[in-house]
Amino acid sequence: MRRYFGRKFLIYALTFFVAVTINFMIPRLMPGDPVRSMVARAGMQTPEAAATMQEYYTRIFGLDVPIWQQYLNFWAALLRGDLGISIWLFPQPVTGVIMRAVPYTLALLIPAILLSWFAGNKFGAFAARRKWLDNTILPVGYVLTATPYMWLAILLAWALGIIAGIFPIAGGYSFSLAPTLSWTFVGSLLAHWFLPFVSLFLVFFGGWAIGMRNMIIYELEADYSHYLQALGAPQRLVRKYAFRNAALPQITGLALQLGVIVAGAVVTEIVFSYPGLGHLILKAIENQDFFLLQGAFLFIVIGVLLANFIIDIVYVLVDPRTRTGMGGGSA
Amino acid sequence: MSKVSLRVAGLKVHYRTLRGDVKALDDVTFAVADGETMGLAGESGCGKTTLGKSLIRLDGRMRHVDGTVELDDEELPIGDTARMNDFRFREVFIIPQYAMSAMNPTRKIGKMTKELLESRGVRFETVRTELKRRLELVGLAHDVLDRYPIELSGGMKQRMVMVLSTLLNPSLLVADEVTSALDVSTQRAVAETLVDFRDRGFVRSMIVITHDVSLVYQIADSIMVMYAGKLAEKAPTDVIVDSPRHPYTQLLISSLPEVGVKYADKRLTGIPGSPPSLLDPPAGCRFRDRCPLAFDKCSEEPPFVEVEHGHYVACWKA
Ligand SMILES: Nc1ncnc2c1ncn2[C@@H]1O[C@H](COP(=O)(O)OP(=O)(O)OP(=O)(O)O)[C@@H](O)[C@H]1O
Ligand code: SF4
Ligand SMILES: [Mg+2]
Repeated sequence: MRRYFGRKFLIYALTFFVAVTINFMIPRLMPGDPVRSMVARAGMQTPEAAATMQEYYTRIFGLDVPIWQQYLNFWAALLRGDLGISIWLFPQPVTGVIMRAVPYTLALLIPAILLSWFAGNKFGAFAARRKWLDNTILPVGYVLTATPYMWLAILLAWALGIIAGIFPIAGGYSFSLAPTLSWTFVGSLLAHWFLPFVSLFLVFFGGWAIGMRNMIIYELEADYSHYLQALGAPQRLVRKYAFRNAALPQITGLALQLGVIVAGAVVTEIVFSYPGLGHLILKAIENQDFFLLQGAFLFIVIGVLLANFIIDIVYVLVDPRTRTGMGGGSA
Repeated sequence: MSKVSLRVAGLKVHYRTLRGDVKALDDVTFAVADGETMGLAGESGCGKTTLGKSLIRLDGRMRHVDGTVELDDEELPIGDTARMNDFRFREVFIIPQYAMSAMNPTRKIGKMTKELLESRGVRFETVRTELKRRLELVGLAHDVLDRYPIELSGGMKQRMVMVLSTLLNPSLLVADEVTSALDVSTQRAVAETLVDFRDRGFVRSMIVITHDVSLVYQIADSIMVMYAGKLAEKAPTDVIVDSPRHPYTQLLISSLPEVGVKYADKRLTGIPGSPPSLLDPPAGCRFRDRCPLAFDKCSEEPPFVEVEHGHYVACWKA
């Protein structure tokens, strides 16, 4: 068990290292000079003023040293939790900007992932082998999973936001409110959260339901299911075992899907101007804010790695086969 | 041994496939006496497993077309899978051909046993001692109950499934190829366990399906031979071995160099040709294409008749 996690941990550490390095390189290899464009936007009158400003910014952004030094500084700063200074929201530190956005993204993603996983699996399992439900869930599920996030989000925003006018379609809370701990504010948060959440939930839900339905049909045909039935075990028990065993690959599926899921969340936040990381990424690109972009990507990478690690642990806890495999015992 | 335990009459079971019905059992009629161990032999695909499953649980593609099955003078509702549940486990049970994978891989064996028993309305506590006693009998330590199936070797799984299957003392046990996945010495042990279980009264009658005639020969009271979904011959073991009447049985037995040698590896070397397709079996005797004795009359179907006491044959030449 310890060796297994030791090995896993090493892989995660390596992935993290590579991700940080790539993350460091991307903005530096991209065309365009963020400092110059900032200076240009400031609209300095004289070339001297512009040059001074350029020099000043280059220094505070740490771009005045050789690239390998920048790389080492980048790591050093990173370990201190310092991701540099945002260009878009100059002179706020990137870490602070991101920290304000992360709760929104988490509030969107965690419930959407967990609820859709549970609901989708339960529903898929329930529908499998039940004729008319199966005949409806399949097409609906396929349509849902095949729907691009963007499309479903826009559709929902249009139908429930613009036409029906039930939900607001932009922002994290009403512009007329200041963040306070009041019922009005919480209500506004919830109202703004609802549509992006539902659009993510629906797309994920379809995928899990379909996956589970197929898995469970496979499990119900497995030898152990037949054996139980030959022993006269009630359907309840047979389905319970089949569900449990079919849920295992779905956990792995969750780990594999994380990247896609996060990408979906980014798009959804952009559609709803929801102030999470996805929204920040859009803003960072619009404003050539490489530090912010870097920071946002880094957070996403850390988030995905962490989630993967958690899923690994959960998997080991629920599947006895991995445990015996790790003990190196008799197989 | 005179009381009849199992009586099968005119049983027809088909598999539904996209290309049509596979007539895997056609007009099967036989009886197994109380306490009798019957061997069921025949080449691969002749319908042995189908017959075994028909007595316990038809799978989704199987269709009960005709015929009846009576166990201890009570008719089994074999076509009605829900009503059959009352009989499964308590009255009839199959040790499946796939015993290696019969147990849920993600449950500890003891826990699975408990959940299974309680789902059938049997309190686990009431059978716990008996379960342990039987584990000892087949040479399994009690701690197998705390293990997962993958932690057991093939032979251990096989024995575990045997104990589990017979726990409620069914009247009839169908053992499907229980030895074919095992090495020779384990085969011996498993076969002896079957006999032991019967002698101790854990099961009353048994149908032992096998490729290995030498195994059946040593433990069975009688042997029934099937060919292409039909019964060819049934007789007491020594009669089948010493003086078989059906040409197929004769070829089957003579293709064994001597009894005691497994013929699974060399089956069919002595009988050229292959059995007809069960999708659309030919009229008349199904063995006709391969039968050295075939003559005109064989285009009619030979009935399965008793030629001597306890000796049934389906052949015009018998
Ligand atoms: N699920 C199925 N669908 C269609 N046909 C089937 C199915 N299962 C078995 N059959 C056919 O039914 C016939 C009898 O099969 P069965 O499994 O009873 O043979 P068997 O005598 O047990 O063979 P073996 O010795 O190889 O186990 C075969 O011709 C086979 O092709
Ligand atoms: S009935 Fe005819 S074809 Fe069939 S086994 Fe007898 S002799 Fe051969
Ligand atoms: Mg078989």
